[in-house]
Amino acid sequence: MEEANIMPQTALEVCRNEKCRGKGLSMGRKIYDRGLRGLVWLCAGLTCTLLVFLIGYIFYRGLPNLSLEFLTTQESLLKGTMGILPAIQNTLYVVGVTLVIALPLGVGAAVYLTEYASNRRLVTTIEFATETLSGIPSILYALVGYLAFSKTLGLGYSLLAASLTLAMMNLPTIIRTTQESLKTVPQGYREGALGLGSGKWHMIRTIVLPGSIDGIVTGCILSVGRIVGESAVLLYVGGMDGTMNNFFASLDKFAHSSGATLTVQLYVFAKERAMMDPAFAVAVVLLVLTFLINLAAKVVGKRLRQR
Amino acid sequence: MEELILSARGLNLYYGENHALKDISIDIPERRITALIGPSGCGKSTFLRTINRMNDLIPNVKITGSLTYRGQEIYAPEQDVTDLRKRIGMVFQKPNPFPMSIYDNVAYGPRTHGTRNKVKLDEIVEESLRGAAIWDEVKDRLKKSALGLSGGQQQRLCIARALAVKPDVLLMDEATSALDPISTAKIEDLAAELKNDYTIIMVTHNMQQAARISDNTAFFLLGELVEFGETEQMFSMPQDKRTEDYITGRFG
Repeated sequence: MEEANIMPQTALEVCRNEKCRGKGLSMGRKIYDRGLRGLVWLCAGLTCTLLVFLIGYIFYRGLPNLSLEFLTTQESLLKGTMGILPAIQNTLYVVGVTLVIALPLGVGAAVYLTEYASNRRLVTTIEFATETLSGIPSILYALVGYLAFSKTLGLGYSLLAASLTLAMMNLPTIIRTTQESLKTVPQGYREGALGLGSGKWHMIRTIVLPGSIDGIVTGCILSVGRIVGESAVLLYVGGMDGTMNNFFASLDKFAHSSGATLTVQLYVFAKERAMMDPAFAVAVVLLVLTFLINLAAKVVGKRLRQR
Repeated sequence: MEELILSARGLNLYYGENHALKDISIDIPERRITALIGPSGCGKSTFLRTINRMNDLIPNVKITGSLTYRGQEIYAPEQDVTDLRKRIGMVFQKPNPFPMSIYDNVAYGPRTHGTRNKVKLDEIVEESLRGAAIWDEVKDRLKKSALGLSGGQQQRLCIARALAVKPDVLLMDEATSALDPISTAKIEDLAAELKNDYTIIMVTHNMQQAARISDNTAFFLLGELVEFGETEQMFSMPQDKRTEDYITGRFG
């Protein structure tokens, strides 16, 4: 026993005195070590600079063009206003409807795959498929969504059809992140609950899902990022109109309203009308909106975990 | 004559091709501590988990023969598994308190089975924590997370959690093997007291533990029940040569 105690100490001392501090290293290895460290620093530095430059430039170009009027009006020749309120509203609609559809479906599918499904081969196949699907270019989803929702279901160019398409597109991400998170819940928790006579669904609802709230929130945040940043699907299925929609006026309005979201509006400003100033202002709004939605998701996740 | 609570007759269990329990026949008496001993992989834990049907969670398990709890066939198709597990509680090898408050851990079982009344729950929680000899240590921090407790405290909390649903039998699957000697002693004392009200069946790797606290001992080897009898008898005068070899430390 004593020897075992002495050994690591002496080894540690040797380590402290010589090699680990770099004193015993040869000149060549020293240069190599320094060189690599410098390289890693350079990579991190470049990435950060790029990010700061990007955000800085967008704010620099966009902020001067941002005004309360820009945010709270729609474009009108009569009134002489040029606002993006419709685009903000459309974006919120798309994010909301997409999540309301995709979240329960995705979480439900993930729960089935990790907690209920007993056919391992089927599960592995589905997991492989979801992984592949999450990497497919969004324009393919747009094509399928257009045929399925706009044409076959008769929704036409509408934000509902776009939301359904986006829900389809985000399902793999939500399923994967939720599944990974469910797998981190220790098996002991499940056995403990079942051992107390809890039914399976009760166990999942009270122990497993609360334990994987983090992963579900992460899935949400990733999805929101993709939804807000998506343009292909929305251009293809959602329409480009810039006037106000009144979604909640009637079921028909809810289902058939079309219009531009912020990204589409940005595209319209920059490419169709060559108006760079409002385009950059929209970019600022997009950045801030994404930040706010992610913040909200984090806060909600924290609240849920505490309960 | 003491009451029998669990009886197995010709019980076989297969994990796929692997014949894990071979023709087990055993009668376990009420309000006694029965220890299951044997080397790793001998089937003692498998037998324990067969009693409250925890093996149901594993795919490809096949069970034949008879296993009855108070005369009721445990593997009968009409058996309500949640009700069975409510009456046959389990404490696991690794303490597994849920990531919630101490109070909520103990209240989990009763809530699951429909108790919502706050006063009633308070009562059950206190009674169960006292029953598991941990009340004095946690009474001032019932709302704190159970994960902040020491390993030994967590295990007693798990016992309290099991007691809260008022079980009849308590299965302990190497419940002290992850604990230090002092915590182990506390759990052993607790088990000795609990046997006044509960039937305890425990799997243990620790032969001294079996000798110290159990009334009956069953020795398993390679899926067979080699010997079953009073602990004193078994440790002083084993009937089977293999039992003698094992408890004197010649293998295992």
